Amino acid sequence: TLFEDLDEETWEKLEEALIAADVGARTTAEIVEQLEQEADRGDLAGGEQLTARLTELLADVARVGEPRIDLTPSPTVLLVVGVNGTGKTTSVGKLAWHLRKELGQKVVLGAADTFRAAAVEQLEEWSRRADVRFVKGPPDSDPASVAYETVSTGVREGADVIIVDTAGRLHTQDNLMAELAKVRRVITKQLPDAPHETLITVDATTGQNGLRQAKLFAEAVDVSGIVLTKLDGTAKGGIALAIARELEIPVKMIGIGEQLEDLRPFDPDDFARALLS
Amino acid sequence: MFDSLAEKLQATLSDVRSRGTLTEDDVNAAMREIRLALLEADVNFKVVKRFTNAVKERALGSDVIGQLNPGQQVVKIVNDELAELMGGESAELRFSSSPPTVILMAGLQGSGKTTATAKLARLLREQNRSSVAVAACDVYRPAAVEQLITVGARAGADVYERGTDADPVEIAKWARERAEREGKDVLIVDTAGRLHVDENLMKELAEIKRVTNPTNVLLVVDAMTGQDAVNVAEQFAEVVQFDGVVMSKLDGDARGGAALSVKSVTGKPILFASTGEKLDQFERFHPDRMAQRILGM
Ligand SMILES: Nc1nc2c(ncn2[C@@H]2O[C@H](COP(=O)(O)OP(=O)(O)OP(=O)(O)O)[C@@H](O)[C@H]2O)c(=O)[nH]1
Ligand SMILES: Nc1nc2c(ncn2[C@@H]2O[C@H](COP(=O)(O)OP(=O)(O)OP(=O)(O)O)[C@@H](O)[C@H]2O)c(=O)[nH]1
Ligand SMILES: [K+]
Ligand SMILES: [Mg+2]
Ligand SMILES: [Mg+2]
Repeated sequence: TLFEDLDEETWEKLEEALIAADVGARTTAEIVEQLEQEADRGDLAGGEQLTARLTELLADVARVGEPRIDLTPSPTVLLVVGVNGTGKTTSVGKLAWHLRKELGQKVVLGAADTFRAAAVEQLEEWSRRADVRFVKGPPDSDPASVAYETVSTGVREGADVIIVDTAGRLHTQDNLMAELAKVRRVITKQLPDAPHETLITVDATTGQNGLRQAKLFAEAVDVSGIVLTKLDGTAKGGIALAIARELEIPVKMIGIGEQLEDLRPFDPDDFARALLS
Repeated sequence: MFDSLAEKLQATLSDVRSRGTLTEDDVNAAMREIRLALLEADVNFKVVKRFTNAVKERALGSDVIGQLNPGQQVVKIVNDELAELMGGESAELRFSSSPPTVILMAGLQGSGKTTATAKLARLLREQNRSSVAVAACDVYRPAAVEQLITVGARAGADVYERGTDADPVEIAKWARERAEREGKDVLIVDTAGRLHVDENLMKELAEIKRVTNPTNVLLVVDAMTGQDAVNVAEQFAEVVQFDGVVMSKLDGDARGGAALSVKSVTGKPILFASTGEKLDQFERFHPDRMAQRILGM
């Protein structure tokens, strides 16, 4: 167990563990305060109980919204967005592989990142690895038109799942955020309930800025879930906890590597335990 | 929260003037505000601790007492100490007296290495009129070579690549020899993103360093990085002893406390700021401006 007794040092250690995991000072303070109250009431007898209760509390904070992606709509359309380099294209590739190989779904990928050098070729290679259908536009095409083409291809060919990859952008770039909103609108125009999920990739190494990312992307494209990537490093991804608490956006999947099989469903209990390890 | 650190400190210390002395309690209250502000900026908590202790010592000294506005005085102390920690002047790249000058780029996945490789190539071509080649040593990430071919060409650099079948260490060695043979002034070696805890890939990086004998090793760090920046920097420092840092994605609204963390634990200067996806969005890094940014002032 992490903590021995309930002395001053314990609370400090606890606070540092959460801060070090990027949970953020505010969320950390709230969690510590709640635990202190419980300890004052005599609900927590010692270090072992404290660790157990803390893990439970963290998992509860992480448990918001709908934890899974609903694949019943036919086709299910997923839009993947996020800040530059956070792992969108890789996550799309892994997800396609999982859907195709493990669930036997018919999948179409759309390369709506028409901006970054070799982004289209990158997704095309992932579609080959995952053995799924791939849609791209002519060079320099408008991302919304590629999204349109992807969805209409998927509908025409009877796809089960359509996934649209988009260019990385900073949440502070208003014109690029407007462009993303347009991509989303074009999809909705074709299929009124689509996109059924709009997923934002958040790099687990991200600090407090992650909260701003989630907030502004959510405002622009109504984000429904997070893919928390790069959890195979030493970063714990604690910012996802702050996002869950403040914005109620759940983590739906985690990325734990660069290979096809390195995508996992999100487990709040595992996540909470890892935050403290 | 940040924009108001100065205001908060002033409010916290508002009645000091009437009392005329700064008590330990006053200083502790101010330190709490400073601590929160720095943590919110993603400065590593251990660095924050050291920092607030240093500021506290100075604030408890004679500096503040008797000043017209103790809040402002404390802000000034914080600012000075932070600027000092960030390092005073902009640091410079080193150039080899026997060309090529070799620059090895390293960092975590997606931090901005390939983009920075092209940006640096462009900068050195334009400002120093150097002939520049870039080497494609990422054989893992899908289409990484194609990406460097595209952005390298845009930057006016020769792109040395051998596809994805060769070994990265082999490619690096070959690129170095070719740059020498072709009389390039500069060779910039782009490498695959890797985790600091990935032993095999870190070994590979050390090998790439050995065979290219670089004049500069640069670590590319995303400005949005949180508390983990120190672990990453310490590991890369141990394995490849990098000489300096490129801070990427500084065009966003992240406070960039990672810059301070990395500087503070490795002592290595930050040389360049990458401020966009376009190749000309790349500039020399100004440590003093970074101190202001971290404090939100
Ligand atoms: N270790 C690790 N690396 C990852 C993970 N997910 C993605 N990456 C790597 O992170 C880098 C960036 O991934 P991409 O998928 O290209 O990111 P992106 O968000 O599409 O990037 P842009 O389109 O340029 O904004 C690549 O080197 C990936 O291999 C993960 O879960 N773990
Ligand atoms: N806004 C912004 N985006 C940047 C900056 N530098 C790089 N990028 C973007 O960040 C993403 C990742 O950049 P890359 O240069 O591919 O990063 P990398 O470190 O080479 O990635 P891997 O090779 O996969 O490890 C791309 O979308 C770039 O366009 C920057 O300073 N600002
Ligand atoms: K479906
Ligand atoms: Mg991408
Ligand atoms: Mg790269």
